[in-house]
Amino acid sequence: MKIKDIIELLNATNLTPDLDCEKELHSACGSDMMSDVLAYVKDQAVLLTGLNNPQVIRTADMMDMLCVVYVRGKKPDALSLKLAVEKDICVLSTDKPLFTCCGILYDNGLRGA
Amino acid sequence: MEAIKFSYNVPGDDFTRAGDASTDLKSKLKKMGVTGAPLRNISISLYEGEINLAIHAGGGEITALVYPDKVELYLDDNGPGIADISLALQEGYSSATEEIRSLGFGAGMGLPNMKKYADEFYIESEVGKGTHIKMVVNL
Repeated sequence: MKIKDIIELLNATNLTPDLDCEKELHSACGSDMMSDVLAYVKDQAVLLTGLNNPQVIRTADMMDMLCVVYVRGKKPDALSLKLAVEKDICVLSTDKPLFTCCGILYDNGLRGA
Repeated sequence: MEAIKFSYNVPGDDFTRAGDASTDLKSKLKKMGVTGAPLRNISISLYEGEINLAIHAGGGEITALVYPDKVELYLDDNGPGIADISLALQEGYSSATEEIRSLGFGAGMGLPNMKKYADEFYIESEVGKGTHIKMVVNL
């Protein structure tokens, strides 16, 4: 699955349109607890979260993730977005809730840890 | 062989800046050719430590010593200290406030994660004086 496929599947808005949406992704995780993401997730390419602070992008960066999807209509603040662009992490926002997003992406081939 | 040294001050009053040091060190190490699991292990263990300095210790100092075969990370603070280190090292134990949890941390995984991702982990703490941590990640 590519980032551009996630945009379509989740009816998401691409908040970093200048970044590459053609990157291939194979795995994802959904969590609002960054400590858990750092503890249990490895080799995940996408982070889905309803949490909104710069530590989301920093966590994704530490884990070498390629894409962050803000769910439930959340949108990152300017600092988060700037950091994401610097770190080449695509940022999407969707109105759908976390559980629904995970279900849709799983149904279309993305897997967890 | 002499190590390459990087030093950072972590402020205790600005959560949005917590992670600046980890992000910077990761970027520098990448440029020095460090990649893969060692880079990720350094990044995660330092980031968890940096978050702890910001939210628990009122800030502190980070020193990274980069050798050809390993990276040593030192985290020093003059914060409140840890009364029971073995308890603090248990997964799930946390003294974090609800406010910290609402920021996505405080799941009781900070110190356990640091221990898990570092090849060597040493901690000394005294209540009222502060905490000193040394981590070593092999390259």
